[in-house]
Amino acid sequence: MDNWTFGFTMIIVGMGGTLVVLSLFAVLMVLLKKIFPFKEEEAK
Amino acid sequence: MFNAIMSGLSGLGSGFMNMHWSNPVMIVLGCVLLYLGIKKDVEPLLLVPIGFGAILVNIPLAGLMDDEGFLRTIYNMGISNELFPLLIFIGIGAMTDFGPLLENPKIFLLGAAGQFGIFLTIGLALFFGFAKLDAVAIGVIGACDGPTAIYVTAKYAPHLLGAVSVAAYSYMSLVPVIQPPIMRLLTTEKERVISMESSSQPASKTAKIVFPIVITIVGGFIAPKGLPLLGTIMLGNLMRESGAVGRLAKASENEIANVVTLFLGISIGATMSGPLFLKAQTLLILAFGFLAICLDTVCGVLFGKLMNVMSGGKINPLIGAAGISAYPMAARVVQKEGQKYNKFNFLLMHAVGANTGGQVGSVIAAAIMLSVLQGMGLIP
Repeated sequence: MDNWTFGFTMIIVGMGGTLVVLSLFAVLMVLLKKIFPFKEEEAK
Repeated sequence: MFNAIMSGLSGLGSGFMNMHWSNPVMIVLGCVLLYLGIKKDVEPLLLVPIGFGAILVNIPLAGLMDDEGFLRTIYNMGISNELFPLLIFIGIGAMTDFGPLLENPKIFLLGAAGQFGIFLTIGLALFFGFAKLDAVAIGVIGACDGPTAIYVTAKYAPHLLGAVSVAAYSYMSLVPVIQPPIMRLLTTEKERVISMESSSQPASKTAKIVFPIVITIVGGFIAPKGLPLLGTIMLGNLMRESGAVGRLAKASENEIANVVTLFLGISIGATMSGPLFLKAQTLLILAFGFLAICLDTVCGVLFGKLMNVMSGGKINPLIGAAGISAYPMAARVVQKEGQKYNKFNFLLMHAVGANTGGQVGSVIAAAIMLSVLQGMGLIP
């Protein structure tokens, strides 16, 4: 594989992949907060 | 008798006789690192052992990095097999509070944008003729995350370890100098004064405990090559949040992290042997590392601007700069810059959220990079 193809692949897959995975994590975090909601007693 | 005495004396000062021109230069560089660490408080925990390691390894004939040398033993014990960066990661996980991130999960996206500089720098390094795996090691300086940079470089480009590590830790400490001009250049005064509301939905203790488990499992299945990085940081965080193993969490963030930091620093310094380190390539690596961190900041702030538009002006784009992984320094820089333009503006918690997102982001970026390399057949 030549350097151009490699570099282009890393940029597209790397940036896109990082963004997609962290978006997925953000969705999982929203779900976690819905499944395990904060209760007022915890604040006390 | 006379001959025996002369032979004996000839052994004294043999270091001077066998000195390469680069050795004194590196000894001076080691002293500069010591000065920065001790007098200027620039990442002293790392720069002091690195600087001293650089001095030790540049004294000829001492054999510290020979097969039986004590620096080689430490290097083999934890750098060549990536153990030290992973132990540090357990400590980082134990020190990190993901609460602000859990309160506002969409800020996680800034942690992704803050890693874009890594990949853009890989492209540039390839353009300048670096080999593929060398370019990856140079790009990972942009993770702004020392252990990740060391982990990737030690494994796939060990000959660049000294330069990459020094660049990573030096630039991390220079974040308060590097970031503000870029933040001011890319934002308008109207954007910089935006106040962000506090989240009305704090995360429960259970959510904080389940978070590291879920992230490890999902992240591990997506990018298995990065699981050592992700798994160790999440293990540390689980120990912190569970509250069940307080002693282990404290040991991870104190005793273990301290001992490992010493070994890590001195063995990185030991890779800075003059003839290997003093090359034009090293200067290029330092330049690319600087560029990587600048590009991370640019991408983070621009993504912050995009989120500002999409949220109807509720997000201050400055917090995008905290999407890099230099924790918690980048968050403090954002808070300071925000207050320069609106003294009633408290961006710190939002910036800390983006900053912890950047920590996970840097690990995920490295994990994806390694998994892509494996998919291409470039690494086993």
